[in-house]
Amino acid sequence: MKEVFKKPHALTDKPFHYCPGCTHGIIHRLVAECIDEFGVEGKAVGIAPVGCSVFAYNYFNCDMIEAPHGRAPAVATGVKRANPDLFVFTYQGDGDLASIGTAETVHIGTRGENVTIIFVNNAIYGMTGGQMAPTSLPGQVTTTSPYGRDKHIQGSPIRICEMMATLEGVAYAERVSVDSVKNVIAAKKAIKKAFQTQIDKKGLSIVEVLSTCPTNWGLSPQKAIEWLRAEMIPYYPLGVFKDKTTESEAE
Amino acid sequence: MNKVTFNADLCKGCRLCIEACPKKIIALDEDCLNAKGFHPAAVKEMEKCLGCAMCATMCPDVVITVYKEEK
Repeated sequence: MKEVFKKPHALTDKPFHYCPGCTHGIIHRLVAECIDEFGVEGKAVGIAPVGCSVFAYNYFNCDMIEAPHGRAPAVATGVKRANPDLFVFTYQGDGDLASIGTAETVHIGTRGENVTIIFVNNAIYGMTGGQMAPTSLPGQVTTTSPYGRDKHIQGSPIRICEMMATLEGVAYAERVSVDSVKNVIAAKKAIKKAFQTQIDKKGLSIVEVLSTCPTNWGLSPQKAIEWLRAEMIPYYPLGVFKDKTTESEAE
Repeated sequence: MNKVTFNADLCKGCRLCIEACPKKIIALDEDCLNAKGFHPAAVKEMEKCLGCAMCATMCPDVVITVYKEEK
């Protein structure tokens, strides 16, 4: 008997605290599998955000730092500049990265720091109780938009990957989803490519992962996956928005 | 024979593995409650398992380990 699938070494034995069906667990596992495959566990430093994944430091077997809300890119910059040999990634939600941390996110892109950002977009604030996030969709009902998000009042959702792709220092930007087996496999490929971008010292790499929040969307895990497919993917198209990894050094 | 094992105490009964299984052999075990208070997912007819690991790929809680028969 050959073991074809098991828990990656880069995850600890601590059970995830996430709600049933929350796809944060899948994304944690993909990141851990990539850490295993690159063999960088010993020199990896993860930056945990504030949000549902605030306890990410309990789940990864590598060194982890807990950053103040939204400031994970700033902490990652410090770690990477002090120790350029370390492998540095941040793991952030949409409330963290796209709202309070937008300044840090944009400026880590302009500086082109050689780190990897894993951005989990579930279109809502999860931990605080389902408030409207900058990424909430038009018409989406949340606890702070009970009549649905109105773009004339609250504006339109931010497409982070498209925005980051315009910045000179960003070497790789891709949006993926974890709604099906096929897309989970594609998401892992994207995270691997982002990690490779960092190892090759090409600049900032960001992978946006569309994720579900069954509890705050008020849906079952299955219905949440369907909602992601039907509502989120049309607004947040999947794909590569920037790839400077194939360009030659001479430029 | 291919085999999947479930770390039943970690299962939260979200049914994502049930949806992903191409052979539809996974079901929640209604006769059992785990330490978290959920009915954990389990396979009844293991001989039908393909060892494709689709269930494990979709599991958000890394509950499943997959073994495949060596040819």
